[in-house]
Amino acid sequence: MSLDRTDVEKIAHLARIAISEDEIPATTAKLSGILDLIDKMQAVDTSNVTPLAHPLETIQRLRADEVTESNQRDAYQAIAPATEEGLYLVPKVIE
Amino acid sequence: MQWEIVIGLEIHAQLTTASKIFSGSATTFGAEPNTQASLIDLGMPGTLPVLNAQAVRNAVKFGLAIDAEIGMTNVFARKNYFYPDLPKGYQTSQMDHPIVGKGHLDITLDDGTVKRVGVTRAHLEEDAGKSLHEDFHGMSGIDLNRAGTPLLEIVSEPDMRSAKEAVAYAKTIHSLVRYLGICDGNMAEGSLRCDCNVSIRPKGQAEFGTRCEIKNVNSFRFIEKAINTEVQRQIELIEDGGKVVQETRLYDPNKDETRSMRSKEEANDYRYFPCPDLLPVVLEPSFIEEVRGELPELPQQKRERFESQFGLSTYDASVLSASRELADYFEQVQQTCGDAKLAANWVMGELSSLLNKEGLDIEQSPVSATQLGGMILRIKDNTISGKIAKMVFEALAAGEGDSADAIIDAKGLKQVTDSGAIEAMLDEVLAANAAQVEQYRASDEAKRGKMFGFFVGQAMKASKGKANPQQVNELLRKKLEG
Repeated sequence: MSLDRTDVEKIAHLARIAISEDEIPATTAKLSGILDLIDKMQAVDTSNVTPLAHPLETIQRLRADEVTESNQRDAYQAIAPATEEGLYLVPKVIE
Repeated sequence: MQWEIVIGLEIHAQLTTASKIFSGSATTFGAEPNTQASLIDLGMPGTLPVLNAQAVRNAVKFGLAIDAEIGMTNVFARKNYFYPDLPKGYQTSQMDHPIVGKGHLDITLDDGTVKRVGVTRAHLEEDAGKSLHEDFHGMSGIDLNRAGTPLLEIVSEPDMRSAKEAVAYAKTIHSLVRYLGICDGNMAEGSLRCDCNVSIRPKGQAEFGTRCEIKNVNSFRFIEKAINTEVQRQIELIEDGGKVVQETRLYDPNKDETRSMRSKEEANDYRYFPCPDLLPVVLEPSFIEEVRGELPELPQQKRERFESQFGLSTYDASVLSASRELADYFEQVQQTCGDAKLAANWVMGELSSLLNKEGLDIEQSPVSATQLGGMILRIKDNTISGKIAKMVFEALAAGEGDSADAIIDAKGLKQVTDSGAIEAMLDEVLAANAAQVEQYRASDEAKRGKMFGFFVGQAMKASKGKANPQQVNELLRKKLEG
């Protein structure tokens, strides 16, 4: 399966990754190569194999419903670029 | 053209837990911004989620209550999108293997008919944070206290055919999650939020029309209004030769209209994949049975019991079983007075209108169930009439006495049942209205009914409402005929 330029631009946008104009051909080729490999794997008959959700053969452990965290806001916000009134400030996002 | 409306709802119920779904942060509502947001909730590199056992238990409880298949092996997946109140860049949710599979729920419509609505699935997921767009020097403020709060997203089949049915379904879910104690149902605080999928199709057509999703409707009244407004918009659009575009819309209650929120089709490309940070959740049959054993009597079971045990109508039984608190109150009144019908009438009548007027919940009722039951006992043993009882009830509500008996004593409201005393009083009334008595006796049967009412009114007034009405009727008739 081969991707074209618009596919790559769309994927880059969805992943919020900036790709410069001259990177596009190489990226397109690499991603298409990965999809080719997936095509090969798709060809294997897996009708008798249970789908795998996780490579580790163990199950999720659960946590007791207890509050174990305390307020560390000041420590966490010390590395934030901008805060005000306890809020993290980000570029305006309203649409 | 006759249109058929097709509605499916997605309800997000915030699960009642002390801590978040994947971290040990508190979930208390209304805390100072970001004081309940830990490194995990902030999506810091190197942190790992650990699933909250109570969230799992709550979801299973819901599944069992709607008779659903339980996902004995269920899997968390990442739903990828970018928004600043979603620090990880993905929401941890469930996709192909949800914890609750196909189930169903019976809803009671206004006319008393029962309709079965399918539930497609219900899955566990984390809530996002909150964005505040007020002016922070041209920036947005982010509060991540809500990020990671456990949600159960309950997805219905497109089985509803009117806004009223959709509201009935939403109310049934609301009542159910509160009965189960898995969600506080507080819609104003966002504990229960509803997305409505609405489409229309020509009556008789099998395939569905294109649907629009109305996001985040936060009251039952708005669910009904938003759906009706959206249906009207779609009908007008199609009848004018246009086409419905699949999109997300917002309901504006002030303008009573829905408007397009975004049409970014690509934003819906969530690229789900199994979350590598979480292992599959495997439930043991013994755990399922343990949770089944914790299920309380459910609204529907309670309604059926109220009908069979107390002989109440379907309507009365469904009103009284709508919330656990109201049902408990009613049952306590019933136990105190031993008369289910009178108890139902008073709870649904005087008490409900009092609570409505004062804007109170049943738990805040100024009249306790024991007080109301005690008062009904006095109606039953003829100490007071139904009319006087309303005065006693008002006095109880105003806190003028601890019990109906105390108020009846203090105000001298005891009903007069001594027929001698009633006769004497009637003689006075008839003497004072001699002309009317003459008129009555001269009239034919047809006209007498209304005139008789006049004498009853005068007699009750003379006795300040305390004379036993049956006795007044009986004795008065005798005297007038005689």
